Amino acid sequence: MELNLSSEDAAFRDEVRAFIAENYPQEMRVPNPETDLTKEQSLLWHRILYKKGWIAPLWPKEYGGPGWSVTQRFIFEQETSRAGTLPPLAFSVTMVGPVIYTFGNDAQKKKFLPRILSGEDWWCQGYSEPGSGSDLASVRTKAVRDGDHYIVNGHKTWTTLAQHADWIFCLVRTDPSAKPQAGISFLLIDMKSPGVTVRPIITIDGSHEVNDVFLEDVRVPVENLIGEENKGWTYAKFLLGNERTSMAGIGRSTRYLGRLKQIVRTEVGEDDPAFGEFIREIARVELDVLALEATELRIVAQMSRGIDPGPAASLFKIRGTEIFQRITDLTHQAIGNYGLAIREHPVSANHFMPGPDYGHTATEKYLNSRKLSIYGGSNEIQRNIIAKAVLGL
Amino acid sequence: MDIQLTEEQELLRSSIQRFLREQYDFDERRKIVATDEGWSRRHWKSFAELGLCAAPFQESSGGLGGGSLATMIVMQEFGRNLVVEPYFETVVLAGDLIENIGSSEQRQAFLPKIMEGDAIWALAWAEGRSRYDFDNVNTTARRQGDRFVLSGSKAAVVGAPWADKLIVSARTSGQPRDRDGVSLFIVDRHAANLHLQSFKTIDGRRAAELTLMNVEVPASQMLGNEGEGVAALEAARDRAIAALCAEAVGAMTELNSATLEYSKTRKQFGVALGTFQVLQHRMVDMFIALEESISLTQHLNLSLASKEPNGSKLASGAKTKVGYAARFVAEQAVQLHGGMGMSDELNVGHYFKRISSINIQFGDPAYHLMRYAQQS
Repeated sequence: MELNLSSEDAAFRDEVRAFIAENYPQEMRVPNPETDLTKEQSLLWHRILYKKGWIAPLWPKEYGGPGWSVTQRFIFEQETSRAGTLPPLAFSVTMVGPVIYTFGNDAQKKKFLPRILSGEDWWCQGYSEPGSGSDLASVRTKAVRDGDHYIVNGHKTWTTLAQHADWIFCLVRTDPSAKPQAGISFLLIDMKSPGVTVRPIITIDGSHEVNDVFLEDVRVPVENLIGEENKGWTYAKFLLGNERTSMAGIGRSTRYLGRLKQIVRTEVGEDDPAFGEFIREIARVELDVLALEATELRIVAQMSRGIDPGPAASLFKIRGTEIFQRITDLTHQAIGNYGLAIREHPVSANHFMPGPDYGHTATEKYLNSRKLSIYGGSNEIQRNIIAKAVLGL
Repeated sequence: MDIQLTEEQELLRSSIQRFLREQYDFDERRKIVATDEGWSRRHWKSFAELGLCAAPFQESSGGLGGGSLATMIVMQEFGRNLVVEPYFETVVLAGDLIENIGSSEQRQAFLPKIMEGDAIWALAWAEGRSRYDFDNVNTTARRQGDRFVLSGSKAAVVGAPWADKLIVSARTSGQPRDRDGVSLFIVDRHAANLHLQSFKTIDGRRAAELTLMNVEVPASQMLGNEGEGVAALEAARDRAIAALCAEAVGAMTELNSATLEYSKTRKQFGVALGTFQVLQHRMVDMFIALEESISLTQHLNLSLASKEPNGSKLASGAKTKVGYAARFVAEQAVQLHGGMGMSDELNVGHYFKRISSINIQFGDPAYHLMRYAQQS
């Protein structure tokens, strides 16, 4: 399905398509780019986009954005996702960057924004804590003012790719006596500071994506506070809004659906009693993708006319993640007995994996994608948001 | 992708809305359904006066040139108001077939009457064991000189008791399940040897079982080319589905707002129902189902209007997805209204029944899911 593009937009789409085809690093085409690449490898595409000036589609031009229209941004998102490219560092570019240029001071913008764009700094997100999952306002990590510094103590968890990170942006409690949302501040912390310890958390798929981050008497200069003290909740919500904008994941779901069909054709014979069930289920998911894609295009068309999309992002997050989870579930079922096998981590060609290549990541993808309906505001939280904002409940 | 209505289309929509608000509320509709005939000629004439019966036809046929988007607008509003008059049967099905495959004599003879609100039509394609396939036709049409003689029976023909004219599919050659050999005929509803057994439908309409025992039809009343009826019906079905999806969207819109309203006012355990999270999340899923249905319905209508090559596959996809979505919304609307949802007095159950009927007409979601899958 395509937007009805003007000739300029169609030319732009062709340009993006050609650029990806010519420049996406072959080195990054591994079975599972999210887990199989080194830090250096996963930065290759980021740096190429940076050189091209396309690294931060959402950013205003003055801070290094390309100055694209809503439609161009959508085209770029669509093309990169259809081509299966690894998105550039999301915590840096999509999340903390906009917070810094929206709420940060000039010194912070000057110091951090260029290094975010170039990929010199790798950022991770210090939001969740052992006692604060969906109820984010309950964070307990404390920051106590001591002259020109805050002394930070606490425990952040589920911190994605903290093992590679140079910086972490944290929600910290600066006023323990205020109401939960009112006593939170938004603090930028150098991961090399004394007192910062990273401990891996291995998830059910065997991979190391997330971590515990312990903060023990970490001294953070006051100049690393974003905006005003105790106003951090406002900035945090702003960031979560950005996080949810591109979660429909149509390109990714379409690619995985194509592969699922190929696996079913090869692995499940027409005489298999389950064949009809697969065909029906695949058709149903395909229609789910089609309906979500049509909804996304409808909303993009409205946005380009200046209509506020409202909580559309929550709808995309709910349906996009449910759909992708279903696809990974069906793919795991489709490979049959080889669904018993799971790749060892760290990944190496020396480990034997049975069965055809296309099934090697099916198990881990099925397991890993369970996270999608939990993170970024669980799907239940997204339903709460729609209930409140759209239905007025 | 988002349909931005033109000024003309906005005008069409608001004039239908005004008319239905003033003259077709739920009480009025209930009275109409309870009459002997079961529909209202007076309202039908008003629809024609508003231009609704002429809206989709090409200007060269004497219509207003609104095309499938006009049909979409009308059907969506009719869905919101549970209109029972046979607009779908007369304008969307028969009118579409006559305009697209009729001879110029047929177009001149029949379209003006449809547009002026002077003729009601029904389409008799199904048979007792045909399920949803157009090629499973046992009714025969034998050529005798300058006429055809039709024999057989047609099943569940919606609107037939109200109709002046029928379009009947019959086999001029081949065997049941042959794609070739099915032809369409324009038959006078009062023709000799044509018998109707009328019955009420789930959604407050009237339908009939037809028995044809050597019904004579002039050869000039064959509609479209001999033996090519299946393809003609399939093309008509795509456009019919687009209209039914729009009607379902209209019905879902009303169900969602009624349910939401009820959940804010109805109190149990000392609080409004809408404060319970399990019900909030249900209503969010109903909201999402509607949004996705709107998107797909618009996508289908635009694709058909611009004659995209995979329109027929898309029609089956939309019939499936919108069908499941509408059923979910309808069942949950009844559920969330509790005992009231079961009451005949409340409109909710009537939307539920109309949606159940839409899901059967021209193939249920399970049928179209397989048709969609087979074209992948």
